[in-house]
Amino acid sequence: MATPKVLVLAGYGINSEEELFNSFITQGATGEIVHINDLIDGTKKLEDFQIIAFPGGFSYGDDTGAGNAISNKIRNNLQDEITAFAQEDKLIIGVCNGFQIIANLGLVPATKNQYGERESALMWNKTARFECRWVHTKTTSQKCIWTQGIDKLELPVAHGEGNFYTTPEILKEIKENDQIALKYTTPEGDLANGEYPHNPNGALEDIAGICDPSGRILGLMPHPERFNSPLNHPEWTRRKITEEDTGNKMFRNAVEYFTK
Amino acid sequence: MAHSHHGANRIEIKTTVNDMRSLVQLNKIKELGFADKVKNVKLIEVYTVEKTLNQHELTQIAEMLANPISQSYKIGEPETEEKFDWAVEIGFLPGVTDNVAHTAKESIEDLFKKKLDENHEGVYTSTLLLIEGDLTEEEVKEIAKSKHNKLIERASIKTHAKYSEEHGMDVIVPRVHLQKEPEIDQIDMNIDEDKLAELGKKGIKNADGTYRGPLALEMDYLNTIRDYYNSENRRPNDIELESIAQTWSEHCKHTIFAAEIDDDLPEGLYKGYIKKATYEIRAKKGANDFCVSVFKDNAGGIIFDENWVVCDKAETHNTPSALEPFGGAITGIVGVNRDIAGFGKGAKPIMNKYGYCFAYPEDKDPIYRDKELTNEALKPRTISDGVIAGVNAGGNCSGIPTPQGWQYFDDRYKGKPLVFVGTVGMIPKEINGEPSWEKEAKPGDKIIMVGGRVGQDGIHGATFSSEALDEGSPATAVQIGDPITQKKFIDAIVKEIRDMDLYTSITDNGAGGLSCSVSEMARECGGCTVELDQVPLKYPNLDPWKIWISESQERMTLAVPPENVDKLISLLEKRGAETTVIGTFNNSGRCIVNHKGKEIMNVNLDFLHDGLPKKHLETVYEKPQNEEPEFSMPTDLNETMLGMLKRHNICGYSYISNQYDHTVQGHTIIYPLQGPGKANNYASAIKPLFDSKKGVIMSQGLNPRYSDLDTYHMSACAIDTAIRNAVSLGADIDYMALMDNFCWCSSTEQQRLGELKDSAKACYDYAVEYETPYISGKDSMFNDFQGYDKDGNQIKISIPPTLLISSLSVVDDISKVVTMDAKTPGDLIYILGTTKDELGGSEYFDYTQKGWLGNAIPQVNAVKSKAMYKAFKKAVDQDLLASSISVTLGGLGIALAKKAISGQLGINVNLAKIPTNKELRPDHLLFSETQSRILVTIKPENKTQFEEHFQDHTFAEIGSIVREPDLIIKNNEETILNTPLQALTESYHSTFKNY
Repeated sequence: MATPKVLVLAGYGINSEEELFNSFITQGATGEIVHINDLIDGTKKLEDFQIIAFPGGFSYGDDTGAGNAISNKIRNNLQDEITAFAQEDKLIIGVCNGFQIIANLGLVPATKNQYGERESALMWNKTARFECRWVHTKTTSQKCIWTQGIDKLELPVAHGEGNFYTTPEILKEIKENDQIALKYTTPEGDLANGEYPHNPNGALEDIAGICDPSGRILGLMPHPERFNSPLNHPEWTRRKITEEDTGNKMFRNAVEYFTK
Repeated sequence: MAHSHHGANRIEIKTTVNDMRSLVQLNKIKELGFADKVKNVKLIEVYTVEKTLNQHELTQIAEMLANPISQSYKIGEPETEEKFDWAVEIGFLPGVTDNVAHTAKESIEDLFKKKLDENHEGVYTSTLLLIEGDLTEEEVKEIAKSKHNKLIERASIKTHAKYSEEHGMDVIVPRVHLQKEPEIDQIDMNIDEDKLAELGKKGIKNADGTYRGPLALEMDYLNTIRDYYNSENRRPNDIELESIAQTWSEHCKHTIFAAEIDDDLPEGLYKGYIKKATYEIRAKKGANDFCVSVFKDNAGGIIFDENWVVCDKAETHNTPSALEPFGGAITGIVGVNRDIAGFGKGAKPIMNKYGYCFAYPEDKDPIYRDKELTNEALKPRTISDGVIAGVNAGGNCSGIPTPQGWQYFDDRYKGKPLVFVGTVGMIPKEINGEPSWEKEAKPGDKIIMVGGRVGQDGIHGATFSSEALDEGSPATAVQIGDPITQKKFIDAIVKEIRDMDLYTSITDNGAGGLSCSVSEMARECGGCTVELDQVPLKYPNLDPWKIWISESQERMTLAVPPENVDKLISLLEKRGAETTVIGTFNNSGRCIVNHKGKEIMNVNLDFLHDGLPKKHLETVYEKPQNEEPEFSMPTDLNETMLGMLKRHNICGYSYISNQYDHTVQGHTIIYPLQGPGKANNYASAIKPLFDSKKGVIMSQGLNPRYSDLDTYHMSACAIDTAIRNAVSLGADIDYMALMDNFCWCSSTEQQRLGELKDSAKACYDYAVEYETPYISGKDSMFNDFQGYDKDGNQIKISIPPTLLISSLSVVDDISKVVTMDAKTPGDLIYILGTTKDELGGSEYFDYTQKGWLGNAIPQVNAVKSKAMYKAFKKAVDQDLLASSISVTLGGLGIALAKKAISGQLGINVNLAKIPTNKELRPDHLLFSETQSRILVTIKPENKTQFEEHFQDHTFAEIGSIVREPDLIIKNNEETILNTPLQALTESYHSTFKNY
């Protein structure tokens, strides 16, 4: 199959589009960074792409809730296009602010495959403060396309609102559907059990990332694109860090979903 | 029924689960001293929508603003479920930037596909706190006071009974009403000297007898302006006088650095020392000169590689931060980002830096601006919390990593904190075949303003920061930042538009607003005509002079050839950035401003920029003789070590490092916290291109307390520290540029000017010796506070003269850098450099007894240390080093402790092996702050090669890294210190643990 084309969204305070785009390109994708207004006015069309990536950042400065204002803009202008994209055999990723956006858009967890209904919230960190630090995670979903072949991953988080929350009913469904993609752990690999700073934000059940029921759509708080080189790791001057330790595998998985 | 406002609707949103923000409010109120009285606090977000809407529309809006999973909302109804005794609501005053409301307004307009009518519709936010607790009205007032800054916010209070009776809080619409049709006043300057002086000090007098705020014009300046207008046969208009005052301000023209000094320095401090150093160094470097743009632009630039230039700028935002710490700091950081976006044709910001000089946060003694003791200055903790949060919001929201910064404490920063903010940027060397750093507005180019609208905020920022803070300081000098508005147009310009050749010049709108940016750019072509009524305003009827000098944030000015105007505007508007043509550049030789068809300013451009009389300043510098501290060596050095590690200027501040995003953009290589023990770094490194190993290393250095001994050596130490901190990480002194930021006090006094002259002389001497050119610099000369203590005694608090030196360097292979943390047990520890009895102004003397200074200030031998720094770089390139830490405040003792803490390994050393110039007492040896020393560890197998490599330099092997978790220091056979690593780590992190 052909090399996938990725659309990395930009505009209104999104700020990680360049490094996220770089991660896709270095792993073999083609594509472009597209400003949301170019989608709204029809200059660019979602249907021309196989992957949509919602980067991290501070869309609308987190005003009215992280990711809320820009997801309102998407709902008000691109609802049909985005729902159609989600239903196709294509991929979507939302990192950090991107996760907040796709959670508000109801693209994850979408437990009943009803893309568009909000079922989770990324709430204020338990410290009520922006937290930038490296965390340990482990993958937990068998079906998530993005995390295939990855067991443990160290990644940076950088957010003020990453405290994953949902209702007990939705949580039950997410678990039964194998939709928990990534969890925070201790450095030893045990679940963080809510303990700060291993779980940096107080997320329910240490949830760092969730996917939709098909495993094609992933939202996660940590930033795989910021671990693009072994030199990004905080301890690279102390021990050997290899390419295999980086976050690049996640993007390779996405490309290979279309090429293999 | 609550007092309602016609056509305004209140939507209240509360969080129903995991409500951390309410908990934070509760804890903060408890910290105020109400721990026993306050049981609960509920925070409610309030949106006041000033527009006639039906219930269905209001529900649509509320559902858009509230999260259905975690929040609930009420429309026009009081809160009934929460238990509370008092309701306190905090909202903005009219005209204050309200970012959340701005976003909500945009969402509402997008929802209904209809713009709000700005004449009578709007959105405003406020925060309601429902407090449960047995509190008196006075106590609630105190809580309300702590929750808002009266310069920008209002508070309203109701008891539960009143709240219930009136069905909730009142609907308040903070709309700006400027009824009066703007007028132009003509100012008579042919008046007697006293009145003229008053005009300069207090500003133009309004009809009602109030003053418009300081022009900060001294007598010789006023006389020159009067003579100019007499020669033009007319009186100046108010806007002209305001404009000249902005342009001639100390803040903009750096009149002190430009003045003739004494008999021996006619070219002044700037040309005679700073610029001269750079000129001579560049000439000496010849073909190896790496500077491309120095001093003339918004930032300074050096060559990164064959395709890129890296640029740097550091600013201060002291006065605004003293009045409104959050607003002052956020506008500081996003302002210096704009300096980078305004470098050449527009560079991309890639890294932020910060540096804070604060008074001790534990100091709760009030000080006042007025004799009546009603106008209290903000407390040190309020200032530091606000400043730290402001840079957090500005840097994080802008998507620029902030891996580097420091904080420094001294009682004398109580009246005015120093808030240093810096940004590094990258720009291609060439844009469409032309050097990217060249720009020139051409006659006929349109003047275009992009970004935020203009309001009354930030009037008199430039003249104001040129005066000491006193009772008359105007509230309008306060600004609130809006980083997203700025990000929209900076992204559009730097990432999309810059390379299309649509504009000929670009600059930041900083101090002095349009009056400075437009008239400055007009020099490139020789004139301008501005149509002031075209400038988009936040609210109608703003006086023309205010439009012209307003420092409303997040704006830049561009010069655009007429044929490109439509395209440029369309591109920027498509990115959500408001863009307006406000005039035309020309070669008339005049700066002309029109308002509604009437010419209100017409000043000769040369006079505007160069008409100010040159100052001549006389200096004296009587160096102090301090009492020499005499005390015996402490019996328990363990306690001393732990005490030193807890000192504010030495201990860790991970709470700042972790709240500033230092990983965004994916290029950061060295983080602010080093090793498993997370010790704060002295230098940072980034790899700004994904596909290149080339890197940029940055560091900073300052030693304010040394100014109490000798400003010449203080400056030498700041320079050596900045250089050494970078070299210790692996930077190349041969490819290193510096920036100078002078923050001085009482700069009309000859003694202060004498201190300044010596400091600037050291800047020349040491930069030339090190061959490290200055590429940019800034000064802030009046960091004084005049007011009253709590007993009503008049006080003046002046900062210690503070010089911040920043370094910027480029290395070919960033993977060679060496970090501070101890790596492996068995590694050998070496000290490079001689340790002398130089404890004057040291942390150790001040620890032993607060205020102890002594006299033996560290002195720098640049010839010797430069040779060592060059050898050090070669050792880095040959992979001879395992770890490396610059020896700074607290001396070798602290360097050893930080090496152990960061690496979480033990250390054994023998003090007797340390090279000294004479015999030193062990505690002096440990804590002397002699410069030019680096503490390293090496693998044992590199011993011979290492020792050969440094054979021409002073060094000694002093011990080794051990697995046993203790720091053990011996003096020959005698163990003088044996402290567990855990105790060191805990002490180091203890001071700001709960911040």
